[in-house]
Amino acid sequence: MTSIQVEIQLIAAVTAAACALPGVFLVLRRMAMMSDAISHTVLLGIVLGFFLTGDLASPVLIIGAALTGVLTVSLVEVLNRTRLVKEDTAIGLVFPVLFSIAVILISRYAGDVHLDTDAVLLGELAFAPFDRFTPFGYDLGPVALFLMGSILLVNLAFIFLFYKELKLATFDPGLAAALGFVPGVLHYALMGVVSVTVVGAFEAVGSILVVALMIAPPITAYLLTDNLARMIATSALIGVAGAISGYWLAHLLDASIAGSMAASFGLIFFVVLLLAPRRGLFATALRRVRQSGEFARTLLIIHLLNHEGLPEAEQENNMEQLHEHLRWEPDFTVRTVRQAVQLGLVSRLNGHLVLTESGRGFARQAIVR
Amino acid sequence: MDIGTLLHDLIFDYTLRTVALGAGVLGIVSGALGSFAVLRRQSLLGDAMSHAALPGIVISFLITRSKAPLPLMLGALVAGWLGTLAIMSIVRTTRIKYDSALGFVLSVFFGAGLMLLTFVQRLPDARQAGLDTFLFGQAAALLQRDVITMSILGGAAICILALFWKEFKLLSFDIEFGASVGFPMRLLDILLTTLIVVAIVIGLQAVGVVLMSAMLVAPAAAARQWTDRLGLMVAISAAFGSLAGVVGAVMSSMVPRLSTGPTIVLCISAVVLFSLLLAPNRGLVWNWARHQRNRRKLRLEAVLSDLYVLASQHEDQDHSHSIAVLKAMNRGQGGVKRSLDEMEARGWARQVQPQEWVLTSSGREEASRLHQDQEEVER
Repeated sequence: MTSIQVEIQLIAAVTAAACALPGVFLVLRRMAMMSDAISHTVLLGIVLGFFLTGDLASPVLIIGAALTGVLTVSLVEVLNRTRLVKEDTAIGLVFPVLFSIAVILISRYAGDVHLDTDAVLLGELAFAPFDRFTPFGYDLGPVALFLMGSILLVNLAFIFLFYKELKLATFDPGLAAALGFVPGVLHYALMGVVSVTVVGAFEAVGSILVVALMIAPPITAYLLTDNLARMIATSALIGVAGAISGYWLAHLLDASIAGSMAASFGLIFFVVLLLAPRRGLFATALRRVRQSGEFARTLLIIHLLNHEGLPEAEQENNMEQLHEHLRWEPDFTVRTVRQAVQLGLVSRLNGHLVLTESGRGFARQAIVR
Repeated sequence: MDIGTLLHDLIFDYTLRTVALGAGVLGIVSGALGSFAVLRRQSLLGDAMSHAALPGIVISFLITRSKAPLPLMLGALVAGWLGTLAIMSIVRTTRIKYDSALGFVLSVFFGAGLMLLTFVQRLPDARQAGLDTFLFGQAAALLQRDVITMSILGGAAICILALFWKEFKLLSFDIEFGASVGFPMRLLDILLTTLIVVAIVIGLQAVGVVLMSAMLVAPAAAARQWTDRLGLMVAISAAFGSLAGVVGAVMSSMVPRLSTGPTIVLCISAVVLFSLLLAPNRGLVWNWARHQRNRRKLRLEAVLSDLYVLASQHEDQDHSHSIAVLKAMNRGQGGVKRSLDEMEARGWARQVQPQEWVLTSSGREEASRLHQDQEEVER
């Protein structure tokens, strides 16, 4: 690995971790699409900041972008509060307007400047290491690494400091308001953090893939754990894993790094979706099969118990006719009986089924339950 | 440019005519189908599907190596459709919510498309599908054959919409009832979603990925303010959509360096703003005026009743009462003087000395009627 390759991976990993942290709360608060809206509208902030300073590297651009992010959220809220449109429609109305204004401003007044909408939307991670951070002539590393590193620290600090408040406002906004935690303020603070992260990240990966970085790791982690702290940590880890594997996928295929990162997040999600220990599709299917077997066995022993010692037991508990009485498929009946025998719940006695001692106990318990 | 030349250009200038026609067709189709998306709370589905279409376009280009609109549109259709199915199945099989699934599919599909696009860029005959066109649309580059393709696809979509009108109406307002009567709601859902994908695919070339979602959402959101009837809403929405499309196309042709897609979006957004503010019944301005009127009426009644109570505490009915007392009784409300002036105009009260007021006989009648009404309500 060359040092450039290491640096690209470092930038990718730090960016992914920085995005995954606020992403967790977006996903839990059902505001995932707000990241999509913000990632489009920050373009307006960047353009306006550029007109103000005439400098594409100025920090004013980041502040402007963060402010437009918050503006987006408040416009959506204002529209939503009129109750004339639903929230999803409000988002769908607001961000195209701000984005259109930005595109028109660029094409009319900044056409000859290097404010390339493609670059903003798509980003190019491969070029990030060439922009060096050189205070007083010392080359400390790529600017992007420092920028995303500081954003990661800010996000970590935000979540660490306001963990309790965020948790409460996310899962029980009513209680949070009643206890005086001003969920509204926290909401805007979170949106501010999201905006800053989006701005920082899309220089590296482009605005649309910021959405992948913000949503894919948290929803993958959501399938793995029920604990908020663990979900945050898992998201960050998945973010880093996806970023690095995405880089190598791009290397292997000689394709766009940002695109490959998104694709690798898709793959990770798919694998987790299939194999997650408790919520995965396999685990769920397996559990369903096991439960249906268990249910059938319980039904069988209750049936045996009901007719035990009665005159009709001869007929009811006969292996040949059992499936008719239980209204089961013959195959299924044979399978269930075999399992029940293996588990020592029933035993066969010349063509009849008899409950064992433990089988009788289980059946009685099942009835009581 | 005066209206005459504009009309002349609109008919005889190839580029302007094509662009305006294309934008108009797009507006009709997306306006009509967008109504259903908005009513079914799937406003952002358009955004997701327009992004998800990218890999389909790229793959279709890699296979056919041509920029003919139909295969590209078909590719986009398949990819957008797969994306929708992915969203539906994620929501059905896991506890992940709709919005997260939407964002996830949108970004991952788009990313995969970007990855594939690198292969296109490496082709020797690098006539690539044109990422710019796809992202931002390029209405100016629309050809007559594109507009014809758009019209045929859009016309087919509208026909199917008309054919399944009753079923789609059920789907939008009462799925359970529809299912209980025996309609295949899942299939209808997929069909309607497919039609929405068609509308999106039609628009990608004209306004691009990002702004396509606005073409679906905005006309419908505006039309919703004007009516409560589905048929009327779809018609108004289609009309708004095509109007904004044509006006936007014309405006962007008149002003240099004004991109068509964003201009169309700003036009339709202006229509939305106008509708939100001024639509009859639901408009915010009327709402506000109604609110003010009610407040004034309530205040007037409060002052009238106060004056009546004060008068009833005096033997002499013509004993006047100071405005300061009334103000004290309505603390924090304000507007006491205005209410008194209005009462005077109606002949319910008169000013005997400066700042001193007394009820007239008709004012007393009015007030006692008010009290009786209130007692009845309380009972």
